[in-house]
Amino acid sequence: MEQKPFYNEILTDHNLHPMHKYKLEDANYTLEGINPSCGDDIILQLKIVDDVIEDGSFVGDGCAISQASADMMLDLIIGKNKDEALKLSDIFMRMIKGSVTEEEKEMLEEAGVLQDVSHMPARVKCAVLGWHTMDEIFKKQQSEK
Amino acid sequence: MATYEKLEIEKIRKDFLILNTAFKETGRTPAYLDNAATTQKPLSVINAVEKYYKEENANPLRGLYKLSVAATDVYEEARVKTAEFINAEKAQEIIFTRNATESLNLLASSLGDMLLKEGDEIVVTIMEHHSNMLPWRAAAKRHNAKVTYLYCDEKGKITKEAFEAVMSDKVKIVSMAHVSNVLGVCNDIKTFVSIAHKYGALFVADGAQSVPHMKVDVLDLDVDFLAFSGHKMLAPMGIGVLYGKYKYLEAMPPFLAGGEMIETVTLDDVTYAEVPHKFEAGTVNAGGAVGLSAAMDYINRFGFEQIEERENFLTSYAFEKMKEVPGITIYGSDDAKEHHGIITFKLDGVHPHDVAYIMDSADVNLRAGHHCAQPLLKYLKTLSTSRISLAFYNTTGDIDRFIEELVNLRGKMGL
Repeated sequence: MEQKPFYNEILTDHNLHPMHKYKLEDANYTLEGINPSCGDDIILQLKIVDDVIEDGSFVGDGCAISQASADMMLDLIIGKNKDEALKLSDIFMRMIKGSVTEEEKEMLEEAGVLQDVSHMPARVKCAVLGWHTMDEIFKKQQSEK
Repeated sequence: MATYEKLEIEKIRKDFLILNTAFKETGRTPAYLDNAATTQKPLSVINAVEKYYKEENANPLRGLYKLSVAATDVYEEARVKTAEFINAEKAQEIIFTRNATESLNLLASSLGDMLLKEGDEIVVTIMEHHSNMLPWRAAAKRHNAKVTYLYCDEKGKITKEAFEAVMSDKVKIVSMAHVSNVLGVCNDIKTFVSIAHKYGALFVADGAQSVPHMKVDVLDLDVDFLAFSGHKMLAPMGIGVLYGKYKYLEAMPPFLAGGEMIETVTLDDVTYAEVPHKFEAGTVNAGGAVGLSAAMDYINRFGFEQIEERENFLTSYAFEKMKEVPGITIYGSDDAKEHHGIITFKLDGVHPHDVAYIMDSADVNLRAGHHCAQPLLKYLKTLSTSRISLAFYNTTGDIDRFIEELVNLRGKMGL
């Protein structure tokens, strides 16, 4: 497999210059996501008001895929409501598992560049870490209601 | 420098088919630099295992027919050869296990149960592989004993003074890597053994990274136990070794119970078989032992003097080039000779998993992660690293391919 195009500009740029990597002072939901086997570690912070993600950020350390994926996810979900965000998460997860339509992939915008991860079993956990952590936050939020 | 040519490396590499087989996708052969994880297997090993299963296979040690006797013979011959390989006094001092991990678990369970009492101490080093740390922690917990950690300095050296500082009459067992799988440093086992014995402690050496690459003489080192894996020394996966001094093995309780490890069983009593069978419950891995035997034959053809010379040459070759790469941090000694084929590194701004992935796109195979030694990496103030590990069959060409990628890697990540 020729993987050169995988580490493309979009991915390396989100890794080196993440827009959303900082501490969000007025977050009301904070959750850590860890891949213990490889050491990826992110803390996702969301400000959720009336089921709308008004703002979000992350801090952490990990491979380019885990960090860039979290940053691209925040690009997509900030401003969306819970249902929209969870729908995008479902599409992303299916893209990584290799079952997504072109139309759905379009909805993921830049995050679509991670589609090739579906051929890289060892990197799946890295790519889904941010999304998985967001899902967990909504589960937590649901159980608090 | 020309010494390595003694090994006729091109001829040797023909024995390792996997090194000569190009990947369909890229048309390139692998530059296999993950030998500390597992080595490739020469044809003679593969053929020996095949011959065993084609011509000699039956359940060893119990059958009363020719095939079973043949299987027993080849299995026990492997034991004799292993004893000779590490200069053990008796073949019975060799117990076959699955791998070094199982050998160390056997010890921590059996020796731990025999020796440990409340308040006792077990000394392990901070550089241990998890397999030489977690079993001892569990044993300590079962007996209300304590694990004491022995620290190396930042370059990976454990001094005699540091070792003496953790020793006391409370210490019953010392367990230590002979060669670190992360730093490549070779611990001065012989000195540490004599100190441990002065305090009445038994000494366990984890030889997983030393036995494949250097002459390990258990009598000379005077270690009480030595654990190692076959698959890291050209043999198939699933066969490992625990060496132990006979007097201790005889006194120790069995590890696993079951078939093949008993003399007699009645409903309320059992008499265990003699050493080593007491520790080899269930059907043994005779095919694996045959493979290990062939692997030792292969190594003995050259001898460790030549193997070490070649691996030292390759290590220095890689080390000197790696040192010059911008943004690199190399862990452990500044002296290539202290690395024993293992060079662990980090590239500034690039996660080790991304390093391994980009390397793979050039068919350079190396390890990335925590190398099953998380406490050591924490001590070195990093979460994960990348590692190359060499074997005698590697070439300067393999290393050149690695260096070429390494030099360009930060650029590919936009740095």
